[in-house]
Amino acid sequence: MVNHYETVFVLTPVLSEPQMKEAVDKFENLLTQNGGTILNREEWGLRKLAYPIQAKTSGFYCVLQYDVETAFIAKLETEFTRDERVLRFLTTRLDKYAFEYAEKRRNHTKKEEA
Amino acid sequence: MAQNEEIRYLTPKQTDQKKKKYCRFKKAGIKYVDYKDPEFLKKFLNEQGKILPRRITGTSLKFQRKVAQAVKKARHLALLPYVTDMMK
Repeated sequence: MVNHYETVFVLTPVLSEPQMKEAVDKFENLLTQNGGTILNREEWGLRKLAYPIQAKTSGFYCVLQYDVETAFIAKLETEFTRDERVLRFLTTRLDKYAFEYAEKRRNHTKKEEA
Repeated sequence: MAQNEEIRYLTPKQTDQKKKKYCRFKKAGIKYVDYKDPEFLKKFLNEQGKILPRRITGTSLKFQRKVAQAVKKARHLALLPYVTDMMK
């Protein structure tokens, strides 16, 4: 059963730019290899955290929107917990309205870039 | 004796007209409360970052639950603080 999902995760700010890219790519490849399709990838870059996590006050935010088999989510989450570069992550299933909202938001940003 | 006489005002006491509260989600036709947008969620928090009750914001029960869930997700992701002073 393929569902729409969205994961927001926060990487530790200590990493350099290429390391950040590599970390995000790692999760992306993990998804594509296991039959997932990435719909959208947003990087908000370094942002100040509302409260310190692991004694760090800022984090690199990234949003991945994708469709994947339901069974794979558990593996993906263990991968997130095992990776110590990730400070925090949150996976949510997108219902009808959420998916519509995400689509609108994605086309909106595309229009801006175009 | 004169004390218990009721105080009479020249003009009737001005109680502020009760502003008809409305659910902004129904009015604006918003269907999904996005947890990734802290600026919008801040409208539903007070100074200390606590979620405002429905009787203040006037939102309907269905959307108050969605807002509460979104705020808790945003707090988990450190987009919103759990407790703070002088937010906004």
